[in-house]
Amino acid sequence: MIRTEEMLLNVGPQHPSTHGVFRIVLKIDGEVIKEATPVIGYLHRGTEKIAENLQYTQIIPYTDRMDYLAAMTNNYILCHAVETMMAMELPERAEYLRVIVMELGRIASHLVWFGTYLLDIGAMSPFLYAFREREVIINLLNEISGGRLTFNYMRVGGVKWDAPEGWLTKVREFVPYMREQLAGYHDLVTGNEIFMARLKGVGTYSRETALSYSLSGANLRCTGVDWDLRKNEPYSIYERFNFDVPVFHEGDALSRYYCRMGEIEEALKIVEQAADQIPEEGAIMAKVPRIIKPPAGETYVRIESPRGEIGCYIASKGKKEPYRLKFRRPSFYNLQILPELLEGENISNLIAILGGIDIVLGEVDG
Amino acid sequence: MTDDSREDLAEQKRKAVEEAKRKAAELRKAREEKKAEDSEDRVEASQEEDSELAKKKAAAAAKAKAAALRKKKEQEGEASEPEEDPDLAKKKAVAAAKAKAAALRKKKEQEGEASETEEDADLAKKKAVAAAKAKAAALRKKKEQEGEAKETEEDPDLAKKKAVAAAKAKAAALRKKKEQEGEASETEEDPDLAKKKAVAAAKAKAAALKKKSGSGDDEKAKAVAAAKAKAKAAAAAKAKGKAKEEEAEEVKPSPNQPLLDRYLEIIKENLGDDLVEDAYINRLAKDVPTLVAKKESYYRLAEFLKFNELLAFDYLSETHGTDFETHMEIYNHFYSYINKQSVALKVKIDRENPVIQSITPLWSGANWPEREAYDLLGIVFEGHPNLSRIMMPDDWVGHPLRKDYEPYDVEV
Repeated sequence: MIRTEEMLLNVGPQHPSTHGVFRIVLKIDGEVIKEATPVIGYLHRGTEKIAENLQYTQIIPYTDRMDYLAAMTNNYILCHAVETMMAMELPERAEYLRVIVMELGRIASHLVWFGTYLLDIGAMSPFLYAFREREVIINLLNEISGGRLTFNYMRVGGVKWDAPEGWLTKVREFVPYMREQLAGYHDLVTGNEIFMARLKGVGTYSRETALSYSLSGANLRCTGVDWDLRKNEPYSIYERFNFDVPVFHEGDALSRYYCRMGEIEEALKIVEQAADQIPEEGAIMAKVPRIIKPPAGETYVRIESPRGEIGCYIASKGKKEPYRLKFRRPSFYNLQILPELLEGENISNLIAILGGIDIVLGEVDG
Repeated sequence: MTDDSREDLAEQKRKAVEEAKRKAAELRKAREEKKAEDSEDRVEASQEEDSELAKKKAAAAAKAKAAALRKKKEQEGEASEPEEDPDLAKKKAVAAAKAKAAALRKKKEQEGEASETEEDADLAKKKAVAAAKAKAAALRKKKEQEGEAKETEEDPDLAKKKAVAAAKAKAAALRKKKEQEGEASETEEDPDLAKKKAVAAAKAKAAALKKKSGSGDDEKAKAVAAAKAKAKAAAAAKAKGKAKEEEAEEVKPSPNQPLLDRYLEIIKENLGDDLVEDAYINRLAKDVPTLVAKKESYYRLAEFLKFNELLAFDYLSETHGTDFETHMEIYNHFYSYINKQSVALKVKIDRENPVIQSITPLWSGANWPEREAYDLLGIVFEGHPNLSRIMMPDDWVGHPLRKDYEPYDVEV
């Protein structure tokens, strides 16, 4: 019998596996975690406070910096909230461009997750492949928006830039290329014995727990909840596309992996259809008043970001600045379940569980 | 827009088109006659001088008449379209004079009298003047009746500009009126729509004009008539549609109204009717049914929303607080994965003593958001398992999202 004693172990805030500044204080007994206390707020920039003194268009760059791996979706949620309040109709081409960039962003975001997650659990090479493909997407998004990470691309009423010449062709060419690479990832990783052993049955939770903890995205779909806001509460033009929602039932880290890989495939389907359907030309901005003043009142809208359900609440007093702006940040909600998942786990599973949730600290801390 | 107004619009359009066609046919006929005259004219080259003279004189007279008309108009204080009308009158008068002169020439030819040119010219002049007068008078009368008819027989560019300006002015007036009416919800949208429509109509008109300006008179007239008819129909449709929309906005219940009624009924049956302070459909938030709980019954109501099997709101989508200066407010958005329905639950709390029961025991997902609300707004959640700061450092002074927040600095 080995004698053990409880000790406190501090992980982070500067730790490569947290992908940001995130700290967990662990109370461990031997190698078993007795209690985990997440400490967040290191990246809190007070976006919501700053926004109270900004006009709506000026807030858009701040949204880029929340979930900086899927900035397009963040752009969209703010614009969507304001457009909902003002009952604005968008030009067709703008809608399609938005969907294409959002879905490309979703793929890029999942690729980062795929690469770094495998890096965390000990597989080096998938990271290189994932970032090679992500680079193609980043270049595409750079070409249309002028930014590689913080795009500031959307505006209330449309998008800022039209697709440059030949851009849509490049997007169409990217789809089969990515499909081929994705098949390569599955050959390389999925089914690998070590990989399976590390993820199967790790960090399992039930459907009820997931709902109770307000989880969303792949974290919810891995427990058998067939739920995707693009499908169930369609916004933008998502009801025009044929795509499936990958749902798995085990609720462990492996099913979360399957969900995200499936989502890459589905996002490719949407990109493909959107690139085919997009009108040849047309306006990319609706007729928008020079100063955007949503009517007095409040709104709450939610959409599907790569990390789950991202929402935006605006309380307006009819002025050009929001009276109160609040983002429902999926990473913030999803991370809450971590202490429960870690309790009683071996410390070597810590990173496999944390990485499986797929958080972005910019979003956790707001 | 309802079917009714659409039918009306179709009817108007059809009528306008018919009228335009009829006008165009008349014009074409007139033109063919004139053409015939012209060909005759060419045969008798010797008489051209006379007709030229008559034409010129008639034109001069018409111009003078038009000038007089303009002057008179200005005196009458018709400032709204000071440039358009005289121009139009002038042109019409000139056209009429020309036609008159041509008719005269024809008559003259038939009679074979070539010697009395001056007398004829005088006659032509007089007649043209009379015709122009009559025309202008008729026009003025018509104008006055119509109040504000937009005529666009000037050169296309000018017409376009004017039309756009008029459309803008209209839209501006509309916006102003709306704002006065205090319709906060639609102030931005409707003027925009109106502006768009007006601009589109003006553009269509101008485009039609430009297209036709090179070809014959009848074509032009046709185009103008058509454009006019179109613009009129559009304006009518706009007015009608707007009226209808406004009505609909007020009368038409939200598709989620039955849901809200059902929630309220279930709550009333089980808990009585003194729990809910207010209940309405929030039209700005995709028509979500919104309940405002009384402060003391907030937790009971939340609990009921979650556990009642008819409501079963098993998912907390969002919870946060807001400082409204007069009071604090908690906003929750719940979702039922069983019934696929949403509800928003709000509660107002005292700003000076912001204490409310925590709903973390019901939805574990409310844990961190409530901590955030405590941290940034100072709302105290009773029954929360670990109410501590989450974003700001533990020794932070004040709650940054409160509207009266002043940053605290020991060195100041």
